[in-house]
Amino acid sequence: MTDLSHRFAPSPRPEFERKVTAPAELGDVAKPLSMVERIVNISAVRRGVILVFIALFWEVYARWLNNPLSFPTFLDTLEALRDGIASGIIPQRLMITLQTLVAGYFIGLVIAAILTSVAVTTRIGTDLLATLTAMFNPLPAIALLPLALLWFGLGRPSLIFVIIHSVLWAVALNMHSGFLAVSDTLRMAGRTFGLRGLRLVIGILIPAAFPAILSGLKIGWAFAWRTLIAAELVFGVSSGQGGLGWYIFENRNTLDTAAVFAGLLTVMTVGLLIEAVIFRFIEARTVRRWGMQRG
Amino acid sequence: MNETLAINAAPSALDPLVRVNGVTLQYKTPDHLVTATYRVTFEIDAGDRLVLLGPSGCGKSTILKAIAGFIKPVEGDVRLRNKIITGPGPDRMMVFQEFDQLLPWKKVLGNVMYPMTINGISESEAKARALDAIDKVKLSKFVDVYPHMLSGGMKQRVAIARAMAMKPDVLLMDEPYAALDALTRRKMQDELLQLWDEVGFTLVFVTHSIEEALVVGSRIVVLSPHPGQVNAEVNCQHMGQDFRDTPEFQALAKRISRMLFDDAPTAS
Repeated sequence: MTDLSHRFAPSPRPEFERKVTAPAELGDVAKPLSMVERIVNISAVRRGVILVFIALFWEVYARWLNNPLSFPTFLDTLEALRDGIASGIIPQRLMITLQTLVAGYFIGLVIAAILTSVAVTTRIGTDLLATLTAMFNPLPAIALLPLALLWFGLGRPSLIFVIIHSVLWAVALNMHSGFLAVSDTLRMAGRTFGLRGLRLVIGILIPAAFPAILSGLKIGWAFAWRTLIAAELVFGVSSGQGGLGWYIFENRNTLDTAAVFAGLLTVMTVGLLIEAVIFRFIEARTVRRWGMQRG
Repeated sequence: MNETLAINAAPSALDPLVRVNGVTLQYKTPDHLVTATYRVTFEIDAGDRLVLLGPSGCGKSTILKAIAGFIKPVEGDVRLRNKIITGPGPDRMMVFQEFDQLLPWKKVLGNVMYPMTINGISESEAKARALDAIDKVKLSKFVDVYPHMLSGGMKQRVAIARAMAMKPDVLLMDEPYAALDALTRRKMQDELLQLWDEVGFTLVFVTHSIEEALVVGSRIVVLSPHPGQVNAEVNCQHMGQDFRDTPEFQALAKRISRMLFDDAPTAS
């Protein structure tokens, strides 16, 4: 053994042993936060404040600009929005848009799920998915619209086709990378339970990859929404029934700028609502509760 | 000789529960075919607490995975009740070293119940068995909690409860306490022994700690460094946590460490 009483060692300090105070005598160990702190902790409140400031800035700037033809005020826009809703035009257009969207979105999801399942179970499937996503993911959906019109004619099928294209690749890519990221331990645990094949995918892989799948769903949703509004703007009316994009286009033609703004506001609001209400709800019920994502 | 007999023999009460028979295991890296273990033979009786002990890289975890059915031997076979093991199954539940073996999307109760429900055990019985197992690992207060809110030691307890509730033929544990701090590890070892005392399961336990092997095991299979071969079998039936400081314990520990760390293989 080496001698530890080295010349660099400090001189020893006195030893002691003492009784500690019992935790009960220390009073409140966990104190509740103050009311203000708790309100500021709600993200909806913080974001709401930002929205109010944006609206205020808009109103002031538009009044100062005083050119309702190119930039209507916030209040004018709200009025146009109220009129549009009261007359039933905006809700009707919105319904048409949403119906098309939901149809395209879900068909896209189903195809993505099938493609990804094939990709995780076979090697050739992985190559197929990798090649297809590499080819089609960079292709803007709108670029396919002329082709879609040629194949499916002027109507809803064309719109659904481009939506599927915009959803499919983003979702499949996310799902697949989510499956690949599931740990070996979890896979092996599932297999010792006696799960294999499709049951392993449903019982272990899908829930374990859910954070990635959910972010795929969100990205897919945003892509689909943007693509659809753009597609409606480009060729608008489908068999006499236009959606929100057509509403915007129509009002621009009549130089009713406030109504154009109202249409844009509706597009944003719906996008925001779906993100903030539906996806947030799913998130809170799943990945946050499971501790797979902080927030 | 022994092998030809075994193929035709019907399972009898005298047969060992698990027989690892001349098992050579290999795995592939991108440019090598690596032999992890070479002709390893040992037997596990019902009620054994068998420890596979060896330096890292000796293939002890690989042997455990072969018993679990994840890896096929290139030579020899692994038998459970005289039937050759071909794949993983719920009759050989495994507890892993990693804490992420629990399903994060299920609460503690759900995690323990899950293997039972997918294997056709009725909801009510699965729940009763799960609650009993969770009680045995002293986590009754945490039945309704998601795994991410538990400490490492608690997660491992849940994994043990989940494996035990399934009432497997053998419980396989792959360095289950290696990622825990020393104090928790010691407590968990005690609890495992207590549990064995109460329930009486068969355990195969992989570790690289000689002390842990002596405390947990009733029999130790000592493996040589890479590629793993059986170097010795040592009995330590009576060595519990209380024996840690006895000269007997120390002597046995010394003997095993000599086997593991001396360059020349020991003959005795």
